[in-house]
Amino acid sequence: MNFFQHLGNYATLMKSTFARPEKGKVYWKLIAEEVEKMGLGSVGIVFFVAFFFGAVIAIQTANNMDNPLLPDMLIGLGTRDSVILEFSSTIMCLILAGKVGSNIASEIGSMKVTQQIDALETMGVNSAGYVIFPKIIAAIFIFPFLSMCYMFVGIFGGWAGVVITGVTNTSHFVYGLHYGFKSYYIPYSLTKTVVFAFIISSVSSYYGYYTELGSKAVGDASTKAVVNSSLIILIFNLILTKLLL
Amino acid sequence: MIEVKNVSKSFKGQIVLKNINLELEEGKINLVIGRSGSGKTVLLKSLVGLHEVDEGSILFDNRDFVKMGNDQRKEIRKEIGMVFQGSALFDSMTIFENVQFPLKMFSEMSDDEMIERVNFCLNRVEIDGKNDLYPSEISGGMQKRVAIARAIALNPKYLFCDEPNSGLDPRTAIVIDSLIGEITKEFNITTLINTHDMNSVFEIGDKIFFINKGEKWWEGHKEDIWNSDNEELEDFIFASEFAKKMKERLRINP
Repeated sequence: MNFFQHLGNYATLMKSTFARPEKGKVYWKLIAEEVEKMGLGSVGIVFFVAFFFGAVIAIQTANNMDNPLLPDMLIGLGTRDSVILEFSSTIMCLILAGKVGSNIASEIGSMKVTQQIDALETMGVNSAGYVIFPKIIAAIFIFPFLSMCYMFVGIFGGWAGVVITGVTNTSHFVYGLHYGFKSYYIPYSLTKTVVFAFIISSVSSYYGYYTELGSKAVGDASTKAVVNSSLIILIFNLILTKLLL
Repeated sequence: MIEVKNVSKSFKGQIVLKNINLELEEGKINLVIGRSGSGKTVLLKSLVGLHEVDEGSILFDNRDFVKMGNDQRKEIRKEIGMVFQGSALFDSMTIFENVQFPLKMFSEMSDDEMIERVNFCLNRVEIDGKNDLYPSEISGGMQKRVAIARAIALNPKYLFCDEPNSGLDPRTAIVIDSLIGEITKEFNITTLINTHDMNSVFEIGDKIFFINKGEKWWEGHKEDIWNSDNEELEDFIFASEFAKKMKERLRINP
């Protein structure tokens, strides 16, 4: 299948996904379940990654500032900007593409292989809407919260990395955090996160939904979902940065 | 009544169904029999719109399913209960939730009415005390029975079963066949079963359609099979030496 066939199938699937649902009440429950699964299931890894990346960013920034004319507060400033602008959105979503994306693709792929998707269609249920819509809405809703968690934990990790190891002190670091802060960075980062959440959930759903029969095909779909979501995120990262900054 | 008229279907140039014509008997068990790969499942999937046919028409009470849009098809699908070969139960839901699912999606029942209906359907297929188990926690035979309970939850006019007793031991297969037979009569459903199980043919089949190489080669009632001179049908039904000897014996001492 070539690129344009994939694009056409993806567009058709999204049209079905966002068609009017059969019974709204049922969908709300599904969205709540997905929020719980994606949100609570990802908090641990987001905290872990944020803390250690934050610490490494701060230590590397400090390491690159051996010139005595450069003030220590730049460590806090550099950590803040890196975490908020790029790590809390792009890096976090690349990691979640691996975790959430593969989960979505293999779950939907298994449903396809075991004819559960066919069963939904036969009953008269819009299978794309029933299976994919709640996942996309849940991702769009919960990823920005995870991104905000990343910002706080990442900056805390940065502080821990340089203050506990004695590279600098808390007042210099906190001064750097406040210095020249542009509040626009937050909505910029959250906008990117929302777009990436849509990419991860929809692209992974696409590969799961069009899985061919067989357990190997489910594994292949999962791999393609992660790789292609990640590539599309990187492309859209550039586009959004150019458009929004 | 369901009528299939001149239906053809091919995949990537390979013809799978060729000019199929069927007229199902209403309120009876209609069997489509044939070898593996003969096109039975494609025919069944075409009947419910999981495959689009290349030519022909499929009439549900004179309503042409092939020409319908999605919304009209949904209305027809609500009249159909389907049992898949692998049961196709939703593995993230309990047994109770699986049977409740079509009611939740398409009925205006209250919660109490739904509970009553689900329990009725599960009792009807003799599944008791398993409501909170997941499909992976019950046997294949039970999964088939739950699939039947789910299929009849909305009181369908038509019941389609794709090899309902494949993968089951002979005793359980007979239980499933009997259950489908009883349900068909009890609720006056028009049932269509895909099978290559000869027990089903002789136990519960009312009308039989024999599909071979994508074409309908024979149709009739099960009693007609004994007198048929269709070689392909005979070769399929009495494939084993044991079955051939049995047939000879019955011919000599009917």
